[in-house]
Amino acid sequence: MEGPGHFPAASSLGDVPETTSLRGWGRTAPTVATVRRPRTVEDVARAIAGVGPRGVIARGLGRSYGDPAQNAGGLVLDMTELAAVHSIDPDTGLADVDAGVSLDTLMRAALPHGLWVPVLPGTRQVTIGGAIGADVHGKNHHTKGSFGNHVRSMLLVTADGAVRELTPDGPESELFWATVGGMGLTGVVVRATVQLHRTESAYFVVDTDRTADLDELMGLLTDGSDDTYGYSAAWFDTTTTGAALGRAVLTRGSLATVDQLPAKHRGEPLKFDAPQLLTVPDVFPNGLANRYTLRAFSELWYRKAPKRQRGAVQNISTFYQVLDLFGDWNRLYGSRGFLQYQFVVPFGEEPTFRRVVERIAHSPHASGLNVLKRFGEGNAAPLSFPMPGWTITVDFPVVRGLDRFCAELDELVLGAGGRLYLAKESRTDAETFRRGYPRFDEWRKIRDAVDPNRVFTSDMSRRLELA
Amino acid sequence: MIDALGNPQSILLLGGTSEIGLAVVEAFSTDRPVRVVLAGRPSERLDAAKARLEERGCAVETVEFDATAPDTHGDVLRKAWAGGDIDIAVVAFGLLGDNEKAWTDSATAVELAQVNYTAAVSVGVELGERMKEQGYGSIVALSSVAGERARRSNFVYGSTKAGLDAFYTGLTEALRPHGVVVTIVRPGFVHTKMTEGHKPAPLSTTPEAVAQVVVDAVRNRKELVWAPAPLRLVMTVLRHIPRPVFRRLPI
Repeated sequence: MEGPGHFPAASSLGDVPETTSLRGWGRTAPTVATVRRPRTVEDVARAIAGVGPRGVIARGLGRSYGDPAQNAGGLVLDMTELAAVHSIDPDTGLADVDAGVSLDTLMRAALPHGLWVPVLPGTRQVTIGGAIGADVHGKNHHTKGSFGNHVRSMLLVTADGAVRELTPDGPESELFWATVGGMGLTGVVVRATVQLHRTESAYFVVDTDRTADLDELMGLLTDGSDDTYGYSAAWFDTTTTGAALGRAVLTRGSLATVDQLPAKHRGEPLKFDAPQLLTVPDVFPNGLANRYTLRAFSELWYRKAPKRQRGAVQNISTFYQVLDLFGDWNRLYGSRGFLQYQFVVPFGEEPTFRRVVERIAHSPHASGLNVLKRFGEGNAAPLSFPMPGWTITVDFPVVRGLDRFCAELDELVLGAGGRLYLAKESRTDAETFRRGYPRFDEWRKIRDAVDPNRVFTSDMSRRLELA
Repeated sequence: MIDALGNPQSILLLGGTSEIGLAVVEAFSTDRPVRVVLAGRPSERLDAAKARLEERGCAVETVEFDATAPDTHGDVLRKAWAGGDIDIAVVAFGLLGDNEKAWTDSATAVELAQVNYTAAVSVGVELGERMKEQGYGSIVALSSVAGERARRSNFVYGSTKAGLDAFYTGLTEALRPHGVVVTIVRPGFVHTKMTEGHKPAPLSTTPEAVAQVVVDAVRNRKELVWAPAPLRLVMTVLRHIPRPVFRRLPI
């Protein structure tokens, strides 16, 4: 969050509302909103009751890349002060937490009990509310599904000011699943119960395979071996073509048992060792991340990986969330920001998948941090992103012509029955978005019933006509 | 909304038949149709402009707009906003006028001042209010290099653009904390109906070229641009040339 203007005004919540410029993690499309920081469920209900014509949306840690957690000219509820871990039951593994609790906090609180957060995206700096709203997924999607699958109940403050308790199969299960992946447009999640998993350690046993090209990578992911690993994802190169098209580093692993740990870790197997090494300063010019530097980065990344390695013990930062070692790493892209593009195409559309990788590799648009993963089954949420198939994430520096290029990729993806991920989305149009979500009308019906006056509004909901 | 790559979904063109203005709308709707509001005096040219944009897939509505009636401008913008948020507003109306007539006939001079300056100020204020409320938006004001240093050959026009330029420069700062970006565009000689019959100055350009400059500026949230870009340097030099030399220059 950043902004030039701060105009304190009268408040009944005890906080000081600020008029502030907000943007997503991609640092694009800033808009100005009034931001309030509720500390209680009553604060949230009161803020919703007093909302103006431009509506309200909840915001967590601002890790969505585009515009779902901003609301131009309206109200934004910064949920990060509603952040109590109420209880963690070591017997049942149930965690009762406020929506503003980050997955990082939850993980640190759960580990001493031998419990593990069931779904972790590429960063732990997301809130519970955000994880539900975007129905985030992680490297274990093929074995554990997305975040919504592990939510046992939640409290949702709806447009009428009511606090509703929702469960996945209770009387209001429709609203539960519309809220999962619903990008905050059904109400404000204030508290949730999450089913944690048991673990003996906070370490992973990891196998690494470096592949010569995309075909070899997809072969490894489909030969049956993938399901023997809890976690699996590949980095792949978008700067190489021909025989090296989509060359990749595939890392797969599972949580280690104490027996699998080297002696030095056995004393404290649940020690969570994930420091933030440094915060990236805001000094980088536009254009530093370009096709040449990204090509060099990709070459290095590929070369430094072992050709084939089995049974390496790694902590979560090394195996999983490398970027969490660096605060504000998005600043590397300069003031113009960058654009994340994540899509999934269903199994059977491998030729399209390959064509997309080819199109990127042959385009002037380079990307450094690319992830490829095989998804497992989707869930009951109409707007949940994951479906059985192949997903790719790339991030392009913003340059002229990128809009046209992404529109071309959209055509390939949507034409193959795929879809785009709203937590990453920042530039498509309403029609393209809807083509990927055939259950959109079903979702909208539920939303219209619970919020007929469209109190919950975001820049994304305006842009993609989600309301 | 304006997306991550600076593409708008709606544009308001004040001066609905302005060639540069229409070129800007077309440049923004090359890849994806936008919702357009054309504000201008009802005329065949306005209808033709509407039809031309509709052919590109844009949804176009027209709103009656008279620059010389500032007391109606609030109402004009209310109508322009009736269909939802406006992402980009282009202030493109203006008169060139006959300089020799204008500096010797006060009615002609006043008309130039009213259209080019007073009306630009009036809609600038109203646009600012609307966009402050919506918490984002982009205002493009078509200024001119003629306003940077008055020349004997068109100083009445130049003075009105100097006033417009100064007003929108200040408006840029005033609206910045509210998420609104103001972009001032200073074109040189542009080949349009307005300049037909006038002798082109060096570095003369076309509406399409100016439009491309505007699109790039808006996408990059730039606040001041020249069209074509080298005019920036030219004008920096011209501004500092002593008068005895300046008046002898063949410009």
